[in-house]
Amino acid sequence: MLKDITLGQFFPGDTLVHRLDARTKLIWLLLYIVALFQAKSWWSYGLVIAVTVLCMAVSRISPKNIFKGLKPMLFIIVLTGLLNIFYTTGTPILPGWIVTWEGIGRAVAMILRITLLIAGTFLLTYTTSPIALTDGLEKLLTPLKKLHVPVHEMTIMMSMALRFIPTLIEETDKIMSAQKARGADFETGRLIDRARALLPILVPLFVSAFRRADELAVAMESRCYHGGEGRTRMKQMKLQSIDYLALIFGLVFLAAVIVLRHFGL
Amino acid sequence: MPELRIEALTHVYSAGTPFQKTAIENIDLTIPQGQMVGLLGHTGSGKSTFIQHLNALLQPSSGRVLCDGKDINADKYSRRDVKWQVGLVFQYPEYQLFEETVYKDIAFGPKNHKLSDKEIDERVREAAHFVGVDEALFERSPLELSGGQKRRVAIAGVIAMRPGVLILDEPTAGLDPAGCRQILDNIMDYREKTGSTVILVSHNMDDAARLAERLIVFDHGHVAMDGTPEQVFAEPEKLVSIGLNVPQPSAIAMALRQRGVPLEGSIYTHGQLLRAVLRAKEASAC
Repeated sequence: MLKDITLGQFFPGDTLVHRLDARTKLIWLLLYIVALFQAKSWWSYGLVIAVTVLCMAVSRISPKNIFKGLKPMLFIIVLTGLLNIFYTTGTPILPGWIVTWEGIGRAVAMILRITLLIAGTFLLTYTTSPIALTDGLEKLLTPLKKLHVPVHEMTIMMSMALRFIPTLIEETDKIMSAQKARGADFETGRLIDRARALLPILVPLFVSAFRRADELAVAMESRCYHGGEGRTRMKQMKLQSIDYLALIFGLVFLAAVIVLRHFGL
Repeated sequence: MPELRIEALTHVYSAGTPFQKTAIENIDLTIPQGQMVGLLGHTGSGKSTFIQHLNALLQPSSGRVLCDGKDINADKYSRRDVKWQVGLVFQYPEYQLFEETVYKDIAFGPKNHKLSDKEIDERVREAAHFVGVDEALFERSPLELSGGQKRRVAIAGVIAMRPGVLILDEPTAGLDPAGCRQILDNIMDYREKTGSTVILVSHNMDDAARLAERLIVFDHGHVAMDGTPEQVFAEPEKLVSIGLNVPQPSAIAMALRQRGVPLEGSIYTHGQLLRAVLRAKEASAC
């Protein structure tokens, strides 16, 4: 069922990682990604993996959930791996083969890189509620307001989109069940048949999405929503000492990876 | 006409995650053909989960659902076939309408059944007739109809499959009283003419008391009460403790009893209430 899609789903909890400020975690993810792309040697990959596993352990997110989230990306991961295996020149593993040792090495590195990238991102979304995430993003992007970037509007759009993903999934589920109850078949048939079978889902889904958007606009307006100007928050975000510690840890981690790269390790 | 047997049915949502929730647990029920069943229970009592098992939309975590003695989850074909025997009308079914015309939308079910055009036409007209949708509306877009009309078109879409068991989840939610009565009358009419089993999920106790032969009350994923309306409404206090309303006459009888008026028997219709009050009055006059 559609409910099993875990893409960016929040798992409530009360661990150290859950308690960190959303801004800290966003910056952390940024540092993590930079570190990941700086990693070149197996040593540095090992370090990144160690840090990822550590974060997973601290946040008590089971690897099973991470792998479940990786499933939709499996195709891209495998494809990247295959392309790297076949299109890298170097010493063939057997004389006359296209597959080279370098190719295998690169394929493994690319697969690791993508997997870790997704795992890191999932760690953020699994441990941070969407609301906190967009609030954090808005706070982080505040300086851009000076350049007349509509930061508030962008983040409120984002939080609304995030807010309505589960609703729409639920709605899709419901419509699908209703059409299945009328004998609709989404699983068999040729590609064209299956694409056509989606119509009975998409039409009602769009109709209800527009209705919802309309209702939401009216609801917001009747509560005097007028954009970000002069808006106050119920939950004030404050960085705690653990946030600073986490950030320092992140910087040390990035520095370590860069140093490893510098020494060619 | 099928008989439904439910054996030790349990369903757990999101098993193995922090969101794990047991929706229904160990349900055993037999629903003989032709019975008019009222399914009661407050939000989250598991009744919606339960009815989705009856036509194999949900697969049980454990337990079985038998339709005429055959396990409906035996394989993918039986899961498909059961949908022609057990028709399910969801809550707010008007949100599933999608075709360009009312006619095509009602024909969606029969068409999936790969029936001949002639038979589809016959069934669409029959189903529309049952729910009181005028044939003049056939070429209109279902999206431009009124709320009540949409609802009736959506119900016709399920009836057009001629299910031997018709399940309706809150078919009257959000309709005005006249619309409610009309839809319930249409459903009773369908049952009378076809001899189908009807399972009506409802919050409205007065409707349930008036229409059903048997009431099944769900509470926290279990069957809390099961019997004729007479038996179920004989314990109004239990219904109230589950968080349900009782029919108006039962509520009045309960209040009178609390004030010391000795009313006898199970009271859930206005007639019963009247007779009981008159009897009590006679008894006190002696």
